[in-house]
Amino acid sequence: MTEQIKDSKFKLPTSALRAYTMIAALALIWLYFHWATGSIFLTSRNLSNLMLQTSVTGIIAVGMLMVIVAGQIDLSVGSVLGFAGAVAAIALTRWEFGLPAALLSAVIIGSLIGLAQGAFTAYLNIPAFIVTLGGLLAWRGAVKAITKSETIPIADPVFKSIGGSYVAPNIGWILAGMAILAVLAIAFRRAQTQKTYELGDANYAGQMLKAIPAIAGIIIFIYVMNSYAGIPIPVLIFLAVALLGVFITNFTTFGRYLYAIGGNPDAARLSGINNKLNILKVFALLGALTGVASLIFTARVGSASPDAGTLKELDAIAACVIGGASLMGGRGTIFGACLGALIMASLDNGMSLLNVKDFMQDIIKGSILVAAVGLDMLGKKS
Amino acid sequence: MQDETKSPILEMRNITKEFPGVKALDGVTFDLFAGEFHALVGENGAGKSTLMKVLSGVYPAGTYGGDIVVEGEVKQFKTVRDAENAGIAIIFQELSLVKELTVAENIFLGRAPSKFGVINWSELYTKATKLLRDLNLPINPKTPVGNLGIGSQQLVEIAKALSQNAKILVLDEPTAALTESEVETLFDILRSLKARGVGMIYISHKLGEVFTMSERISVLRDGRTVGTSDTKNLSVEKVIAQMVGREVGDIFPASRHEFGETVLEIKNLTAYESETNKMLVDNVSFSVKKGEVLGISGLMGAGRSELLMSIFGAHLGRNSGKIYVEGKPVSINSPAEAIANGIGFVTEDRKRYGLILDQTILDNMTLAGLKQIGGAFLTHRTRESVVAKKSMQDLRVKANSPLTVTGTLSGGNQQKVVLGKWLLTKPKVLFLDEPTRGIDVGAKQEIYANINALAKQGLAIVMVSSELPEVIGLSDRILVLHEGKLTGEFSKQEATPERVMAAATGHN
Repeated sequence: MTEQIKDSKFKLPTSALRAYTMIAALALIWLYFHWATGSIFLTSRNLSNLMLQTSVTGIIAVGMLMVIVAGQIDLSVGSVLGFAGAVAAIALTRWEFGLPAALLSAVIIGSLIGLAQGAFTAYLNIPAFIVTLGGLLAWRGAVKAITKSETIPIADPVFKSIGGSYVAPNIGWILAGMAILAVLAIAFRRAQTQKTYELGDANYAGQMLKAIPAIAGIIIFIYVMNSYAGIPIPVLIFLAVALLGVFITNFTTFGRYLYAIGGNPDAARLSGINNKLNILKVFALLGALTGVASLIFTARVGSASPDAGTLKELDAIAACVIGGASLMGGRGTIFGACLGALIMASLDNGMSLLNVKDFMQDIIKGSILVAAVGLDMLGKKS
Repeated sequence: MQDETKSPILEMRNITKEFPGVKALDGVTFDLFAGEFHALVGENGAGKSTLMKVLSGVYPAGTYGGDIVVEGEVKQFKTVRDAENAGIAIIFQELSLVKELTVAENIFLGRAPSKFGVINWSELYTKATKLLRDLNLPINPKTPVGNLGIGSQQLVEIAKALSQNAKILVLDEPTAALTESEVETLFDILRSLKARGVGMIYISHKLGEVFTMSERISVLRDGRTVGTSDTKNLSVEKVIAQMVGREVGDIFPASRHEFGETVLEIKNLTAYESETNKMLVDNVSFSVKKGEVLGISGLMGAGRSELLMSIFGAHLGRNSGKIYVEGKPVSINSPAEAIANGIGFVTEDRKRYGLILDQTILDNMTLAGLKQIGGAFLTHRTRESVVAKKSMQDLRVKANSPLTVTGTLSGGNQQKVVLGKWLLTKPKVLFLDEPTRGIDVGAKQEIYANINALAKQGLAIVMVSSELPEVIGLSDRILVLHEGKLTGEFSKQEATPERVMAAATGHN
């Protein structure tokens, strides 16, 4: 039996195959833009910018992925982003809450909205599509109400720095060192548990070998970011959120339950899972992450505007779907969603550099979304 | 009974239908005369529904062997519509009406009188009104079907069939969901149809009805016709004997007599349907001991699954009753609480209720016991794969690795994965609902061996099964349910197929 399990690791599981395909697609897109822009795209300055553009959508996509995996959808995140950002701006400027309380209020507002919409979905059995479509309209209205349809500028330099400052290069390298140590520690533990549970000898060399791509990725990433100005703070937050997402989906009971609920709600319920409670939780989590994203968005723009975050829900959903998530639920990974967000941002960034007209950008992005899912379906059938 | 010179309006000659690995019908012959009421009876899985699906074109011509002859002409039905055009209408157990549409719209669904795609509403309602009046049905054709009771809906189905000039009407358990007065109304209508020359094939487990209404009875068993006789020459006992008449093979392990103390006791359990509030389980009490296999027998719709679902906290309708685990009263309102109290449940229909087909054996097996294997918040993947692998070996699941996706497994192996899932919750009592449905004989024997081994290890087992030989061969004690009530309890020595079947049909 042990032999057979080892064997299966050499076969590529479909999820891994999908990940490699996506990385290849991203590489092609990057190379094309680099060539088409006359070697501007792959400069450290532009890559730093690209990562910045990815971070807001990426953070929301992490939460959205978990909602989609549970077989649900949230169309309201764009409006919630606008509302939470406006609340933070008003709390700071008008109500004079002080910075920490103002920042916290955005996250709390986001979670409360998620909690309310989750409760409507899970406990009143109103389809998530309807609840959050209502939310999309209602929260946009609420933004306009509290901002009186005017832009609220942010003066506080610390708030603004959330969107615009960088981690000093040497601190970047310290973080990189810590990340590499963590990767090595995980590899070491994997090798050890293999022995503890009699799955074979502790294969330290093999596990270390597997850690090499991750370590190389960390070094290249920090090197590129440091060649410009260091890691942008929003990108650092995005990476932290993505890691949290990976942890939740892979290592917690909550994460496993989400996949079960999305995969077969009846079987999940009969296996003792409280479907409703878990659906409530995942909406609240997405709401909280939307609150975090709203802070970065507001800080980057330097103000809270009545139309902040418009259409962000579609970017986030598209990122998940391009990343291989199924809107039927039960399937999708955080890694895929983040890569999807990066692909979306790359298209935005590259086409802007090429001065592609706005309407054309939308048409191309829309077509690519449909084509990506179409190819996925073709691949599944064959 | 029938005039020898008259020829039948329907003959099914030598019908054979095979599914992968199973011969569902093996040379079945059946005929029907105009104006005749011909009952078709048999155990669950005897092949009645399959035969009717062949007749109605659900299984198109070419996928079965033998001939269907309607009014002397051999017919090749490619679709359900072909069969309808030949005058054959079937009313299935699950009604096929659109609840949001009106009675008249349903009757003429897909055939509404229209010109250039525009429906002629006044003609539609006039026709429907006339049809309903002919049948003496006091139903307003403009009522949405969803507002009608289940009995009236059944009558609308019949009206729909007759609007298509059906000469042959097949009724599959039409009275299962009806009250007594509704049954009377239905029978009145069926009698008037008979007088008009409509031939009826009547499938029912309710032998009382069958004997009141029918001229002839045919019995199917294991996909073969056991016999067709005039009703007046038959008795309930004879029919039951024909339905069950076969040897209980020795694929079942020998009985064990060392039971421990009582693990689970149920007192006065009553459960209702969630929408109609119909009583499904009527004041049932029982208990099961350590190491005992308790079989629950009964016909489809007798309330067996609902009984287990109610105990498990998963029944959606209202229910009441007391549950004791190891002598202590417990309150169970959700499957999670049932699991915490040591109850496991291998539910029926593994594809719908048991497995997440897109996920691996590992993910499925550890789902119910996730918190016991890991922790309340964090999972423990390594420990999971160790226990899942061990479980695969113990239950002899045939698959390359725990990472094989369950949707690709055979039925028997899927069932073992579900069994493994529940064993990993370390239950004291294990419920099994139709544990061997749709799996081949070899896998069945392995499941039997697993059940036996688990009982020997001291697990209390409650098993619902529609297969009589299985219940009788495997159980130490058998309870029989009929229409929600406990109608029989037999020890292994007392249980004979005839006795159990008599109790299951309410004739003991």
